[in-house]
Amino acid sequence: MTTTMTRPTPASSLRAVPPRPPRPGRVWLVVAALVPLAFLAVFFAWPVGALVARGFVTDGALDLSGFAEVFAKPRTWRIIGLTIAQATLGTALSVALGIPGAYLLYRTSFPGRGLVRALVTVPFVLPSVVVGVAFRSLLAAGGPLAFLRLDGTFAAIVLALVFFNYSVVVRTVGGMWARLDPRTVEAARSLGASPARAFLTVTLPALAPAVASAASVVFLFCATAFGVVLILGGIHFGTIETEIWVQTTQFLNLRAAAVLSVVQLVVGAAALAVAGRARSARERSLQLRAEHHRPLDPARDAVPLAVTAVVVLGLLTLPLANLLVRSFHTAAGWGLDNYRNLGTSSRALTVTVWEAMGNSLRVAVDATLLAVVLGVMVAVVVAQRPRSASGRRAVSLLDGLFMLPLGVSAVTVGFGFLITLNRPPLDLRSSMVLIPIAQAIVALPMVVRTVLPVLRAIDPRQREAAATLGAGPARVFATVDGPHLVRALGLAVGFAFAISLGEFGATSFLARPDRPTLPVVIFRLIGRPGAENFGMALAASVVLAVMTAGVMALAERLRIDRTGEW
Amino acid sequence: MNRPVRRGAALAASAAALAAGLAACSLSGGTTAATGGTVILVTHDSFALSDGLLESFTEQTGYAVKLVAPGDGGALVNQLILTKDSPLGDAVYGIDNTFSSRAVDEGVLAAYTSPDAVAGMDTADGHLTAIDQGDVCLNVDHQWFAANGVAEPTTFEELVDPAYEDLLVVTNPATSSPGLAFLLATIGHFGETGWQEYWRGLLRNGLLITEGWSDAYYVDFSGSEGAGPRPIVLSYSSSPAAEVGDDGVARTGNVEATCVRQVEYAGVLAGAANPEGAKALVDFLLSDAVQADIPGSMYMYPVTDVDLPAAWVEHAPLAADPITLDPAAIAANRTAWLEEWAALLG
Repeated sequence: MTTTMTRPTPASSLRAVPPRPPRPGRVWLVVAALVPLAFLAVFFAWPVGALVARGFVTDGALDLSGFAEVFAKPRTWRIIGLTIAQATLGTALSVALGIPGAYLLYRTSFPGRGLVRALVTVPFVLPSVVVGVAFRSLLAAGGPLAFLRLDGTFAAIVLALVFFNYSVVVRTVGGMWARLDPRTVEAARSLGASPARAFLTVTLPALAPAVASAASVVFLFCATAFGVVLILGGIHFGTIETEIWVQTTQFLNLRAAAVLSVVQLVVGAAALAVAGRARSARERSLQLRAEHHRPLDPARDAVPLAVTAVVVLGLLTLPLANLLVRSFHTAAGWGLDNYRNLGTSSRALTVTVWEAMGNSLRVAVDATLLAVVLGVMVAVVVAQRPRSASGRRAVSLLDGLFMLPLGVSAVTVGFGFLITLNRPPLDLRSSMVLIPIAQAIVALPMVVRTVLPVLRAIDPRQREAAATLGAGPARVFATVDGPHLVRALGLAVGFAFAISLGEFGATSFLARPDRPTLPVVIFRLIGRPGAENFGMALAASVVLAVMTAGVMALAERLRIDRTGEW
Repeated sequence: MNRPVRRGAALAASAAALAAGLAACSLSGGTTAATGGTVILVTHDSFALSDGLLESFTEQTGYAVKLVAPGDGGALVNQLILTKDSPLGDAVYGIDNTFSSRAVDEGVLAAYTSPDAVAGMDTADGHLTAIDQGDVCLNVDHQWFAANGVAEPTTFEELVDPAYEDLLVVTNPATSSPGLAFLLATIGHFGETGWQEYWRGLLRNGLLITEGWSDAYYVDFSGSEGAGPRPIVLSYSSSPAAEVGDDGVARTGNVEATCVRQVEYAGVLAGAANPEGAKALVDFLLSDAVQADIPGSMYMYPVTDVDLPAAWVEHAPLAADPITLDPAAIAANRTAWLEEWAALLG
């Protein structure tokens, strides 16, 4: 429904009512909200709901005694406490270290910056079993970092979580920071503010929505981390996620698993509510420009440089380098044999790694397409600012709803698929189609979180100006929101692709053995004895890492650098 | 005024076309329709057979095989139970003896045992057919013990001796199938009232428990790639065959007294869409071609009389008298035993 506008005439311009800011037609907004909602309902809410419901229904009657049973055990409280502690610490550390990293990598330019940017994203996609081995071989007794005595401690888990999630903070915050108008900071400086004061009073509030977005995603990732906790934490550190996995897959104790899933949802929803509160308090339109950066100045940028150098060289590079170095170690000394073996399908490797890579890429393309299309729809809807309180509540509810998949265990979703998608027309359990769908459900929140801060930061007066000049709502959307959207998409596509390539939780339940993806192949290789298999697993991990870094670097280049600057 | 949107639109269109082209590839099934229909084999993620074997099955019987692997061995039976009323497939392979009784009790299996089944092996009341077997044993690093002048352990009891302090690494029985087998081995050896004291002794003696076989074997074990600090690891009886050096000398070996037998079964699922095809597939898994392929592809031992690889005969023989437990007892007590074990850790 388009709004009719009063054409300003000379006589009426003085008393003309300012034209209402045009929005995309209401109908399109509703469609844009309903399509992703339907997708989420069928492929997430229904499977999860069905599995959780099974835990609360005994002999056809609702039975909530599972709550009493599970909460009576002290172990449950310990697990919940550990989960929240690990997630909070992991998030705090990731954000604290990620902000200087975002500044260095997105606000300054130096030779090799593209390489460092790509390197920073590599940990995100590595299968956690490989990361576990890489970390443990550094930290375990006999390894080079054994003197730190971190093996099997809580600190090791937190460090590994930062290792995985550093790139989320850096890219989300950096992507926004690069587009902030530097003139506001320059104005503050010229009025006498010190660099620190200018940062705290001008830049940080402007970045707060992006920081809150990144923090909420990282918190959910940390709270549902599975492989890392299992391998590095040993038997003493259980989280809600690992407990759900054990109860569901090993004991089929659906009651306990259902109770813990509800707890997980509550923790996730609480975190999202807190983040949403922090975000909305600060959200306002900002002056967004094309990417602006200046050359790195070691004197001026000493602090971010030092912090980022320690993180990148210490935390990120050491385990990756360990992985790389060991992949060249073969039975006959140092050489490329492990990589050569990847090209031949043998007993241990039923498909060559290139076929697995092809499978991974195809699935990733599907998942990315799905996630980006639906994610942009959601972002456009959620970026609206309705006038009524109920409208605003609806929008923030929608926002939180789409983030929920990140806070739910992959096991619950995977097992839920088994009991719901088992009859025509949705008999998709063993179909290849389900893998990109499951990955898209996890990637969609990331797309929304990447695109949304940019959309929300667009000055509504630009839209009003366009409307005043005679543009219809669709044209306004295309020319005002469009360029910002397209630029943010490069980042979002990169994220979605990385998530899909490295996804292992849901994929492990759905993968077909004859068409495995690369993480599945790595997981299989590392589960077999023999130096040759171990070497191949490491080599395949290096291939996965390089492929992902390459794709993300490419995605970053798919942007429009020139825009019409107002 | 420049028009960046047009260039963006062109890029987006070409990206979409590329994506659509690739997307078509991932969604296409790629399987050829065989004359007899399809048999869906539900298995775990360690299943592997050499190229061509499943194709030869299709040539012989006309059924095409589709593989579904929803998880690891422990999860497999639970997933079958969960999907009882709409089975995941027609045939199942990979149920092992720790879960066989549970699978039968929950009614997920049809009553079929292959006529080619090896005599003397458990068939779970005519519901399952044994396809392969193996032992879970402690592996010792010969070179470490020789270099440090310590006698290699030969029994369970020696491991609580201070001479072997901080030398043993095992895996968590709740999350790892060899770990569970080791727990069951100690229960079988010491009895249902004696195993708790033994584990307390092991824990006092510096036992390390990891979550999965991979990090125990590749990070903590001294006898393999990781060159870790501990020379005694929980692994499979076939693992020493993979650690034979170029000189033909095995670097590691099994502690035979600690070996516990694992048997993997195949069966036909109750309510299968293609029970005839499933029966044919179960029979095929006992054929000489498949049995001879099992050591190389799945690191397990065949149940029929086919020849083992030479390295296995010499360095990784099956234990002559392994510990075995009654599958029904395992099914009845597994959860209670695991909870008791977890309580031992404190």
